[in-house]
Amino acid sequence: MTCDEAEVLLHALIDGELDAGHTRDVESHVAGCPRCAALLRDYREMSQAIAQAGVRYTAPAALRQRIEAALPQSKAAPNRRAVLRGFAMGSAVSALAATGLVAIVLRHDDVERIQSEVVSAHLRSLQAGHLTDVISTDQHTVKPWFNGKLDVAPPVIDLTAQGFTLIGGRLDYVDARALGAVVYKRRQHVINLFVAQTANTERRAARIDTVQGFNIRHWSDRGLNYWAVSDLARDELAEFGEKFEAAMRSATTG
Amino acid sequence: MPPKASDDDPDKARRFREAALPYLDDAYTLARYLLRNATDAEDAVQECYLRAFRHFDSYRGPAMKPWLFAILRNVCRAEYARRATTPTSAIEDVPESAEQTPLWHEAQETPEAQLLRRWDSDTIRRLVAALAEPFRETFVLREIQNLSYREIAEVAEVPVGTVMSRLARARAMLRSAWLAEEEQPK
Repeated sequence: MTCDEAEVLLHALIDGELDAGHTRDVESHVAGCPRCAALLRDYREMSQAIAQAGVRYTAPAALRQRIEAALPQSKAAPNRRAVLRGFAMGSAVSALAATGLVAIVLRHDDVERIQSEVVSAHLRSLQAGHLTDVISTDQHTVKPWFNGKLDVAPPVIDLTAQGFTLIGGRLDYVDARALGAVVYKRRQHVINLFVAQTANTERRAARIDTVQGFNIRHWSDRGLNYWAVSDLARDELAEFGEKFEAAMRSATTG
Repeated sequence: MPPKASDDDPDKARRFREAALPYLDDAYTLARYLLRNATDAEDAVQECYLRAFRHFDSYRGPAMKPWLFAILRNVCRAEYARRATTPTSAIEDVPESAEQTPLWHEAQETPEAQLLRRWDSDTIRRLVAALAEPFRETFVLREIQNLSYREIAEVAEVPVGTVMSRLARARAMLRSAWLAEEEQPK
C-alpha cells in the first residue's frame, strides 16, 4: 500500500468503517511508515479532543417554544377521536341492546380496535428511545422489573437459542390499560409481545391478522392475552408464537 | 383504524414530537456550523422542523437524525443562495472570526510533530467554522454528529467515496491549521 492510499484509508480506519482486509493493509503500512503513523496518531488525537471539548450547541429555549407553538397541539392518549368513538359506540349499544346482535358486533369491533391500538403501540415503540424501559438480554432481569408496575407480571422467556433475541421490556398502554411489552429481535426486526390479563382463562388458539402492513399473532392462555406484533413475515411470526408457547408449556410442566 | 392523518391530526403531532424533538440540539448544532450565525441557525432549524412535520407522513425511517439533517441541509442551502443574492448582507459568508484565521498552508510534516494541547472548545469551533463549506459539512456530520459514511452520503447527496475524500481533506486542513496555531506565540 502506498502512502497516498493509506492517507485516505486511515480515516476510514479511525471511523471504524474499514473492512477487515483493508484494516490489516493499513495497519501494516502504518507499522512500517513513521509519517503515516504520525498522521494516524494526530487524527485520532483530534477526534478525541473534539469529542471531549464539548463543541456542540444547545438549542435556545425560545426556539424550542417556537417550534412547539407552530405544531398542532397534541394530547396524551386517549385522543379525542377515540373518546368520541367510544361515545358513539355507547349510543349504538343502547339502541341495539335488545337485538342480541350486540355481542357479535361489539366483539368484532373490539378486536379491530385493539389490533389497531396494538399496532400503534408497536409503531410508537420503534421511535427513538421508546423501545425498552429496561434493556437486558437476561430474562431474570426483565421479569422482576415488571413487578409492582402491573397487576400481573408478563412471562419473560429467553428464546435466543430459538433464534429470537430478548432485548428488554417496557410498560405500554393499549385499550386504556397499562400492560407489559416484552421486546424481542430477529435479525433487524423488532417483535413486541404485548401481554394483558383477561378474565377468561380458557385457552384460545392463535390467529394471525395483518393490520396496516404488520402481522399480529394473537392468542390467550391461562388468563393472559398475548399479541405478538412485528414486520416479520407471517410464517416467521407464527414460528415465534409457537416457540414461545412451547417454552411456556415446558416451563410450567417441567 | 385511524383516519387519514392531516396536519391538524393531534396524533400525528404527538408522534412527530416524540420522534423529532429529541434531535433539536443536534439540528441546532449542525445549523450553527453550516450557517455560522446563531440567528440564521434558529430560523433554519424552525423551518426544518416545520418542513419535516409536513413530510412526516412519508417518513419511512429507519433513522430520524439523518432524515432531519437532509431537510435541514436543504434549508441551509436556500439560505446560502439568499445570502449570495443579497448584496447588503452584513454577515455574508464571513466566519465569526475569519479575520485572524490564516489561509491554509501545509504544515511542516515531521513525524514527531505533536499536536496542540490547547484543545479548548472555542479554538476547535473557530477552526472548524473556518473550513470551506463541503469539507466543514462532512467533518461536522462525522466528528460532531457521529453519522456513518453512508448516512453522510445520503444527507449530502454525494457518493461514499466523495465523503471519504472530503473527510480526509477536512482533517488534513484542520490538522494544518492546528499546527499553525501552535506555532503562533500568543
